Amino acid sequence: MTATPAEIRQAVIDSVQAIAPEADFTALDPHRPLREELDLDSFDFLNVLIELHGRLGVEIPEADYAKVGTLDALLAYVAARLDAG
Amino acid sequence: MIEFRMPSLGADMEDGVFVEWRVDAGARVERGQVVCVVETQKGAIEVEIWDAGTIARLITEPGQRIPVGQALAIVAADGEDWQAVAAASVAATPAPRAAPETVPSPIATPRAAGAAPASQAPVARPAAPARLPPRASPAARKRAAELGVDLDALAAVTGGAPISVADVERAAAAPAPPPSPPTVPAAAPAAAVPASQSPEAAMRAAIAAAMARSKREIPHYYLGTEIDVEAAQQWLERYNAAQPLAGRVLFAALALRAVALALHEVPDLNGQFADGRFRRSEAIHIGVVTSLRGGGIVVPAVHDADRLALPELMASLRDVLARARSGRLRSSDLADSTITVTNLGDLGVETVYGVIYPPQVALVGLGRVVARAVVRDGAIVAARTMTATLSGDHRVTDGLTGARFLAALRERLAHPEAP
Repeated sequence: MTATPAEIRQAVIDSVQAIAPEADFTALDPHRPLREELDLDSFDFLNVLIELHGRLGVEIPEADYAKVGTLDALLAYVAARLDAG
Repeated sequence: MIEFRMPSLGADMEDGVFVEWRVDAGARVERGQVVCVVETQKGAIEVEIWDAGTIARLITEPGQRIPVGQALAIVAADGEDWQAVAAASVAATPAPRAAPETVPSPIATPRAAGAAPASQAPVARPAAPARLPPRASPAARKRAAELGVDLDALAAVTGGAPISVADVERAAAAPAPPPSPPTVPAAAPAAAVPASQSPEAAMRAAIAAAMARSKREIPHYYLGTEIDVEAAQQWLERYNAAQPLAGRVLFAALALRAVALALHEVPDLNGQFADGRFRRSEAIHIGVVTSLRGGGIVVPAVHDADRLALPELMASLRDVLARARSGRLRSSDLADSTITVTNLGDLGVETVYGVIYPPQVALVGLGRVVARAVVRDGAIVAARTMTATLSGDHRVTDGLTGARFLAALRERLAHPEAP
């Protein structure tokens, strides 16, 4: 499966907003911890990952949570996983 | 004939505004089925029915403010002809609808899980009473008894409007009115909740009422301890590594289960304080403090938390949080918690000393999990820790009981693999 960076970004935004409809990505600092920026607790975050898996087919293991801490890091991680097939 | 009544969704609830029916007269209903929606200070709640039967007559209409315990509908029991029951109920209850004198207490309300108590047999409504009892919520009745306020006299002043706790307290604070002729509405109390109040303001008022009552009535004691949760975290990481995304269990669920199992060893923290004494609860229903995105909190229950295996408890927690967050809580979610857990999760601060939710007698606070240098076998090692606190009701238990609970919790978290 291939996806452009814009498509990945949109899938992430859609996944977050499915859980936290008020999440404002225009005001978000992509280098700051994503969950704190968007006020996502551990339940919210797990639900976002389930949404994202549904959209892009990427399942992020717990062991990789440290690699997806910011929006930029999450986008890069997903892109790399999709490239790897 | 069964009366389906406005449920009590917490000791602080006095009334609710009826929103809509989900059933029509003639409809067959099963235990646990959602039959209507009621707007409360905790938001719109889907109300379940706990008797199977056939809806005979819908009494309440949308928009009406109904005190806790008042009949919303008449239900024909199995074997009864619903149309005959409907006709009989109309004949038996002329125009004004009286609030029943007694209401099933939340703790006595049967729930979906577990066996239904057989004692919930419906009581046939007697023929229209000669004199209607004043309409007041159970909380208002209790407060009136405490303050020595005469509900009949108050009812005369409120002109038949439902009497709230605020009305009772206002009446108690006011100088005793002269035995005035009934035509003088001496300082008629305003309605407890103005119709124009926003949902946010209503929820804030509900939280304020419950917490103010807690601090007024409950002599709290507070304990706290740091617990090494490295073993529990590592066990959970191994567990989750073998699970698909949807099967992952969060530490919050593991901690909740540990709380439930620790309560087995210290049961005097689990139950409700009512009528001047503590009633221990065999069942462990943990109220989980849930922040809402729009502000405010609700405290829905995870029922029988001690009897659920970890994946089941996670599923139950997931369901109830999803309903809370989407504003679709059910009456059973709110009715009968026996203890509360406030979990600041991984974004919160490290320590919380909570306010007990009356009529419960304890609240467990779980802080953020943090990495710490701890001493283990004489060596300093890195470990994840969590500060657990207990707020206890000193009328019921002493610090020693609370300390035993925290020790039991520590032991449970040290052995997460134990069943």
